[in-house]
Amino acid sequence: MHGCEQAPPAGSAYTELPDDFKEKHPSVWVNIHSSLFDPKRAHHMYNDFLDELEYAAECGYDAICCNEHHSNGYGLMPSPNLIATALARRTTDTAICVMGNSLALYNPPTRVAEEFAMIDCISGGRLIAGFPVGTPMDTTFAYGQNPSQLRERYNEAHDLVMRAWQEKETFAFNGRFNQQRYVNIWPRPIQEPHPPIWIPGAGSVETWRWAAERDYVFCYLSYYGYKMARNVMTGFWAEMDRLGKDRNPYRAGFAQVVGVAETRQQAMDLYTEPAEYFYGRCLHVDPRFASPPGYTTEATQRAGLESQVKMAAEASNAGPSTQAPSAMKMQMLARDMKGIVDNGYLITGSPDDVTEQLMDLAKTLNIGQLMLLMQFGNMSKDLTKYNTRLFAETVMPRLKPLFDEWENKWWPKPLRVSERASLPAFAGSSAVAAE
Amino acid sequence: MSEPTTTTVDVNGHACRVWTKGSGPKIGFLAGFGGLPRWIPFLDRLAESRTVIAPSMPGFPGATGHNILDTHLDWLVAVKGLLGQAGLDGADLVGSSVGASFVAEVAALWPQSVRRIAMIAPFGLFDEKDPATDIWAQRGDDVPGLLCANPQIYKDLKAMPPGANSVEWPIEQTRASEAAARIFWPLQNTKLERRLPLITAPTLLIWGEGDRVIPRTYADKIAKAIPGGAKITTVAGAGHLAELDQPDAVAKAVLAHVG
Repeated sequence: MHGCEQAPPAGSAYTELPDDFKEKHPSVWVNIHSSLFDPKRAHHMYNDFLDELEYAAECGYDAICCNEHHSNGYGLMPSPNLIATALARRTTDTAICVMGNSLALYNPPTRVAEEFAMIDCISGGRLIAGFPVGTPMDTTFAYGQNPSQLRERYNEAHDLVMRAWQEKETFAFNGRFNQQRYVNIWPRPIQEPHPPIWIPGAGSVETWRWAAERDYVFCYLSYYGYKMARNVMTGFWAEMDRLGKDRNPYRAGFAQVVGVAETRQQAMDLYTEPAEYFYGRCLHVDPRFASPPGYTTEATQRAGLESQVKMAAEASNAGPSTQAPSAMKMQMLARDMKGIVDNGYLITGSPDDVTEQLMDLAKTLNIGQLMLLMQFGNMSKDLTKYNTRLFAETVMPRLKPLFDEWENKWWPKPLRVSERASLPAFAGSSAVAAE
Repeated sequence: MSEPTTTTVDVNGHACRVWTKGSGPKIGFLAGFGGLPRWIPFLDRLAESRTVIAPSMPGFPGATGHNILDTHLDWLVAVKGLLGQAGLDGADLVGSSVGASFVAEVAALWPQSVRRIAMIAPFGLFDEKDPATDIWAQRGDDVPGLLCANPQIYKDLKAMPPGANSVEWPIEQTRASEAAARIFWPLQNTKLERRLPLITAPTLLIWGEGDRVIPRTYADKIAKAIPGGAKITTVAGAGHLAELDQPDAVAKAVLAHVG
């Protein structure tokens, strides 16, 4: 089983939002006020994010992840590619998962093909390429993309990127939204025919089908924990059965927030503040940005409306519905530690507690690619490192053997060590720094 | 209130509903934001002295095919084709909100195809100093109050009638909002201002006094850009979709203008 250190979204939060943020400000996303952002503090935050991810690599996580958000107080990485590149220079063997680039936001989309190829070259073939459609907040509001065209543009951009990576000759791309006379990217990815592709999504049958037809990994990125994810993942595997795909658990990824400590009580003492910061302040999104028309396809709307009876039953479990748009969900979240733990948003406790719950998660959801959010909310670097190391030492070894009988076909194939560039020791000081 | 006659015409392989009622010279109506999920009293007032023809634009209630229209040119050609097939070439045209924007476009680009035009708070412009409301970034509950002075009127327009398909009805309403977004996202600005100088038809602009979507200053901008000018009528007790709030007053103003 591959346990990936999932950094953002949780792991790149602005960690100093005021205590009264939720009362005084309408949204953490889209129109969060610039006066809350102190670039001098962000200097430290960004360096902390990188330190934490590099530390996870040192601790032996299989991959380190970063992702893309815009105008967002809990995700300070508008360009995950910049972070991935920095990580590529400071790590050697760990896979680098960019989760990912929202294809429809790039003009031309070949920019994604180029930058991912650069990361693959710099890292020696360690890239996992994630292609999210992107949230409504990021894509349609912060970036102004038309919600009625977003998915069509995404699909076309995907086709263009895949051709750009694989075709040997310069070609003309005559798309509905993109026309380029000369497509010929330099550089090209190391991994043949292309880096592994992971598709983040939610409960959309169309997305499952689309990913399965192309043999991509489907990742359910939820902040609400594995208990809330059962319906979605049951639906996903049922659809794989219908499509005649095997139940290889590595077809699926899942994001889970985790806080491990020596004892359950110690875990509560350590993780209550960052968890409540994350669920209370970070996920405070104005619902008017929840569902621009067209973002949710009619097929998905139809499925949602048809299962309204089921949804009503789910809602009575005091949790968000699996069909509700993400920002809508965020309004329905539990925000106190008890609710956060009881609902399974956060898996926390002693190493045994955490192992047991993650085993349950992996087995019930059939998840091979476990994306762990070891930093969340305003968790300090010291506590993040503690969480990261304790997990690596006490939980990870027990999860590793799970699913040994399956091949992870969706993992990077890097250059052999002997083929890789040697990285010089880092020289920290310079004339500029000395001034 | 009797029902209109329903026919359909084909636009790009998709059926678009056309409602017809009344007798006398033809007058066309292109509906505003949200479209026409049901017939409205305003059209009855017009039908008392005119043959009212109300075609549904692609994606608005009664019509599909919005999602194959990618550019503004695609939309213009589709709507021009729709009007022609609905028998409205050379007729008087009225439009509201989203529909009014196309009345302006058609009058500008195909001046021979319209007689007199009336526009109720058209989309199509954006003034940074006096921005129009982002109608798509709203809580669902707030939308009726933004569109109508009396929110209940919009709620009633959109309420599912007994016997309607409880899955397809709400999808059709969302589709109408999507179709408007497809044309006007994100600022409602289609640069209509550049084409207004081509309008030669006698023009009436109607603005709800309480329009919370498009500021009243836009009426002056539009009137100024049309070479022959435009008469501006402000309707008391009306919001953005003035024809819903004040059907009698708006119909009276329209009929007085088209003669």
